[in-house]
Amino acid sequence: MLRLPAFQLLRPATVAEATHMLAELGPQAAPLAGGTDLLPKMKRRQLQPRYLVSLRGLRELRGWSGSPEQGLVLRAGCTLAEVAAQPAVRSAYRALAEAVAVCSNPILHRMGTLGGNLCLDTRCTYYDQTEHWRQALGWCMKAPGPRTPEEVPCRVAPGGSRCWAVSAGDGAPALIALGAKVRLVGARGERVLPLEDLYRDDGIRYLDKSPDELVVEVLLPPADGLRSTYRKVRRRGSLDFAALGVAAAVRQDPDGTVTSCRLVLGGVASRPLVLEEVASLLVGQRLEQEVLERVSEAVYRAVHPMDNTDFTVLYRRRTAPVHVRRALEALAS
Amino acid sequence: MERAVRLKVNGQEHRVLVPPHRTLLEVLREDLGLVGTKHGCELGECGVCTVLVDGEPALSCLVLAHEVEGHEVTTVEGLATDGQLHPVQRAFVESGALQCGYCTPAMVLVTKALLDRVPEPSGEQVREAVAGVFCRCTGYVKILEAVQAAARRLREARA
Repeated sequence: MLRLPAFQLLRPATVAEATHMLAELGPQAAPLAGGTDLLPKMKRRQLQPRYLVSLRGLRELRGWSGSPEQGLVLRAGCTLAEVAAQPAVRSAYRALAEAVAVCSNPILHRMGTLGGNLCLDTRCTYYDQTEHWRQALGWCMKAPGPRTPEEVPCRVAPGGSRCWAVSAGDGAPALIALGAKVRLVGARGERVLPLEDLYRDDGIRYLDKSPDELVVEVLLPPADGLRSTYRKVRRRGSLDFAALGVAAAVRQDPDGTVTSCRLVLGGVASRPLVLEEVASLLVGQRLEQEVLERVSEAVYRAVHPMDNTDFTVLYRRRTAPVHVRRALEALAS
Repeated sequence: MERAVRLKVNGQEHRVLVPPHRTLLEVLREDLGLVGTKHGCELGECGVCTVLVDGEPALSCLVLAHEVEGHEVTTVEGLATDGQLHPVQRAFVESGALQCGYCTPAMVLVTKALLDRVPEPSGEQVREAVAGVFCRCTGYVKILEAVQAAARRLREARA
């Protein structure tokens, strides 16, 4: 059996208490929300925190407020199933509803949380393996076993100096396309930042936050006519992580002219890939075949996945423009 | 640190000494002897360890025993009453919806949770409900038939 390593379980009563515990214990502690990403990683000894700070009992992290007209606030402890069922999300922020609905499977939807999904560890063929598998290969930079990261190469690009593990969450691309911000609370205060700024282009230090900071809220701006969708490529229709995620959000004039557009890809880089230049090709245009053709070509040039997830790297690169185009066609119709 | 945890399983209270790193799956099988709950991948992928926590499916391999204190846990052993199989179990037997049987406890429990919420599910709702549990004998068609048979049986019993 794969068993968890021993740890101490701490149960703070408030977010403030949780952040102080995390600040005091430093890197030997980890927050525990739904546990659907953290606990498997601990069983495989990819992560071995000595303390888990449980966020499950914290009422401050549950529920939502606001509306599509004023903007919606989703607290980070909402389960993915709760987010998918939330009426305002379903009506006005479709990309998010569609993204969480295809995240993993229906049982894990009820366990996993929105905050946990946004902080999902990056993934890689050489990292998401049992301890014995990784030891047999001589470890990797992201989980160097008894060695230091400097002593072990990245198995995907051994000549380089960085880790290429992939951001494969479904929630982040959708929420970035929708213009969401996140509120972080740490032991020394709180801050609000655009969600895309939470992510770094680094497979190891993939979140730009200190260990004591918790994602407590997701802030969605007023929907204001924004139409959005999310598509996912994975081998099986249930469970699998995204080999490619495509989030698209557009605002159009009554005559169909695009006034603003956001395109964000998951599964192709260490952070959600915001395709700003590609999206700018659509502004001032209608979603017509000729424009979509140019957009497809630009997506192909902008996407450079590494060979470290499911499917061949060539397939993943070639399929990205196809799915961006299908997403935009869905929004055009 | 090991401490006594009060677990309510199938309506019965248990006090078990458990360190925090033991999962509900381990405690059910190894401390309480409830081996109807199966262990499969133990990484939250296959779904065969599914139990109901407060009536909703949860993967017991990813739930810490300490975290279900105060909640109601139902395993497949808790479904039969007075030696009579639960209507969902009977529907699975009569539909031939099992081959090796390893995923069956989980399939039965996700079916019960679905039918408690949605007495007349659509084909899509049934497929979605069982999507988190893997049958590797590829017996899904019979399983989908069994869920609909169970739904009919429960509706008739209520009528």
